[in-house]
Amino acid sequence: MEIEKTALYDYHKSLGAKFVPFAGYEMPVQYTAGIIEEHKITRSNAGLFDVSHMGQLLIEGNKDLAIELEKIMPTDLHNIKLNQSKYSFLMNEKGGIYDDLIITKAEKGFIIILNAACKKNDFKIIKNSLGNKFKLTLYKNLSLIALQGPKSSEVLELTIKGVSSLKFMNGHKFSYNGKEVYVTRSGYTGEDGFEISIPNELAENFAKKLINNGVKPIGLGARDTLRLEAGLCLYGHDINESTSPIEANLKWAIAKRRREEGGFVGYSKIKSDMNGSLNRLRVGVKPEGKIIAREGVKIFSKDGEEIGSVTSGTYGPSVDASIAMGYVKINFSKPGTEVLLEVRGKKHKGNISELPFYKKSYVR
Amino acid sequence: MSEKKYSKQHEWVTVEGDVATIGITSHAAEMLGDVVFVELPEKGKSVEKEGQAGVVESTKAASDVYTPITGEITDTNQSIVDDPGAVNKDPEGDAWFFKIKIKNKSELDNLMNKEDYDKFAKENPN
Repeated sequence: MEIEKTALYDYHKSLGAKFVPFAGYEMPVQYTAGIIEEHKITRSNAGLFDVSHMGQLLIEGNKDLAIELEKIMPTDLHNIKLNQSKYSFLMNEKGGIYDDLIITKAEKGFIIILNAACKKNDFKIIKNSLGNKFKLTLYKNLSLIALQGPKSSEVLELTIKGVSSLKFMNGHKFSYNGKEVYVTRSGYTGEDGFEISIPNELAENFAKKLINNGVKPIGLGARDTLRLEAGLCLYGHDINESTSPIEANLKWAIAKRRREEGGFVGYSKIKSDMNGSLNRLRVGVKPEGKIIAREGVKIFSKDGEEIGSVTSGTYGPSVDASIAMGYVKINFSKPGTEVLLEVRGKKHKGNISELPFYKKSYVR
Repeated sequence: MSEKKYSKQHEWVTVEGDVATIGITSHAAEMLGDVVFVELPEKGKSVEKEGQAGVVESTKAASDVYTPITGEITDTNQSIVDDPGAVNKDPEGDAWFFKIKIKNKSELDNLMNKEDYDKFAKENPN
């Protein structure tokens, strides 16, 4: 399969990007500043991320559509307001997660942002579930640009008037160079920020404008350290087809009505997980010292019992420490619990930690 | 001190008497990106040419560090363990990794000079 490029590929190149293949796309992993510096810029100023590899799916329909989508997503789509966004999941029969996503109520129906690696499969699953009653469009002509960091609002306002009045997890239509763009206040870094859905032919022009206003380009490397500090899951690592949202400590993302009423794929597993048969939980893990505990590292109790494994781990530049996430048996999941992490055959001390590692500053 | 020599695993070597100082090349440091963790061999340990003799980790991944020379570890650079970022600042100077008492000096003959290494690194970026 040929590797794809986003509309910003040449622009990334001109900015000194180093590329890696990611989910079938040639994506910038870092620019000249390097991952740690890019991470810090995002926390202190504003960073631009090309996330055009992600799926932008529009499903057209109204009340009937909400009823159908609620069968595969555990969110409340009846009480969602126009332009409101929710974090949710595409569920499987076993109560596992096919994908995690952001769904936004739009005028025509729902806009769903999907993970790049999952989007084609998601499309099939949704299409199969909905049948032919609703029109699905997985946009190829739209780019998605994220602007993240405390200065995002101030900087974006210079280019798109009115965005600074958006509330977190809300979106709206705006105009840029005479074309319609859809902006949501959201992101994946633990910072205030926006995601801008923009026609491909305007993407470079728009990105340049932001860069000229002092924003720095940020690659996937820093995107990963930022999201991990913020305690956010990476699909395919921290959550997958065999982790339930309850095990993943994402119960908050299942609407209260849906937790009680069910009526979605995989509900029996969710229900039993909530009713005391949960046996593992996603937690934060802080190794002592500088040792990095990466995906696959086994976690042991103080007494040497194997209790789980790490699903993501790296160095967190803002907390200046080694950080990780993983699953442990439920009775070892309390923050402060001492654990041992087996890295390259040696056991190193660590502690179960509260998430996030880095405190968020969202605008509510 | 001898002329700096280079290995295909992207280490550099300088020799003083029968002791070799070994580190990773500027090219390797650049390829790794920001170094956040360094593990060095224990003093007194015997290591074999092309055997693993340390670990270096960036935010992205862990990589083994190999020794291009057989011998006994006589010293290690604790300052890069305490401040791994130093490896990016001066990889071919202050941020040396370890020193080895050379067992067989002829191993040095198989290493590259700077010109050959630069060419090699260009053709084998990883």
